[in-house]
Amino acid sequence: MDHDLTLLPEILVSVFLVIGGLFGLVGSIGFLRLRDTMQRLHAPTKATTLGVGGVLIGSMLYFVMVEGRVSFHELLITLFLFLTAPITANFIAKTHMQAKLQEKDLPPSGGKYGWAVYDAPPGEENDPGR
Amino acid sequence: MITYAIVFAFACFGFGLLGTLWRMLAGPTVADRILALDTMVINFIALIILYGIWQGTAIYFEASMLIAMVGFVSTVAFCRFILRGDIIE
Amino acid sequence: MLSRLFPHPVLSLTLTIVWLALVNKVTLGNLFLGAVFGVTIPVLTAPYWPNRPTLRAPLMALEYVFIVLWDIIVANVVVAAIVLFKRNDAIHSRWVVVPLDLTSAEAITVLAGTVTMTPGTVSTTLAADGSALLVHALHTDDPDEVRDHIKSRYERRLKEIFG
Repeated sequence: MDHDLTLLPEILVSVFLVIGGLFGLVGSIGFLRLRDTMQRLHAPTKATTLGVGGVLIGSMLYFVMVEGRVSFHELLITLFLFLTAPITANFIAKTHMQAKLQEKDLPPSGGKYGWAVYDAPPGEENDPGR
Repeated sequence: MITYAIVFAFACFGFGLLGTLWRMLAGPTVADRILALDTMVINFIALIILYGIWQGTAIYFEASMLIAMVGFVSTVAFCRFILRGDIIE
Repeated sequence: MLSRLFPHPVLSLTLTIVWLALVNKVTLGNLFLGAVFGVTIPVLTAPYWPNRPTLRAPLMALEYVFIVLWDIIVANVVVAAIVLFKRNDAIHSRWVVVPLDLTSAEAITVLAGTVTMTPGTVSTTLAADGSALLVHALHTDDPDEVRDHIKSRYERRLKEIFG
């Protein structure tokens, strides 16, 4: 590989790539070593997403500054990952709560109704679909 | 220098991919396995993009975008299946 | 008539821009095609969002985005430190109940997403009537502080933004 670069873009791109790689690694290490499922949910949703974000920004800088062409795809992918990460995390947490946790393991909601995983919303208490 | 940075990031995400694979096989809960699959997809996207920089071509971005979308939809489908026993109600 | 044709102008604009970014080439033809998508998709999907949220303060929304982005970076450093340098039995995970003052579904969704992406917390579920949010904190010795932090930093701003 023969990169003909000036120094500044090279350093910038490298820094983003290395930071992204480190966060990706941290996410996976956390995923491997934490003890229970709810704790394990923390590491990949945050660290890995940011890791990919770092790599994508590095890649965008590379293509803009080194190859001289602008690409919006990285931006779209980053945006997409950052928007979907909370949704997946929420879904997985709900799956875990329904499968492994009881209502008594959790603190009470403090209101009239319990948590939505176990309790029907107002007006649908007798809905047979639940 | 970029070459070294790319190799380093390759190693990080490659290790991450192996770690998540181990977690997917080991479990112990269903939620862990789904999360492992989702993380594998994200690590995989990172690897594809790194390969794109390595090759100096932008053609892999479309692939990674499609994988990101398919990965999200499949994670949600898995979760819904476990939650409700049905995907489309 | 105009509101029938453009039920959601912001969505139309977003769709057009996203289409241009997807094609990655700004030409007249692509702009036209993007505009066609931007007009037809909101019309076709209008039944799915009957009560459209209104942004009271767009500038506040922008400020909110930057605050959240900054917090995401800080959060990741914090979580990385916990993951790498704390022994497993020194990590105290807790459930935190956050009572909500927000009522609109969109505002609660944004809050839940923010909580998931920021310092050591993942939002898991809502109370069935939407009056409280259940949050799992990776490491905290003071659940009340986490709750107050979420309420003062994010919920207060969202209340102003969505009104």
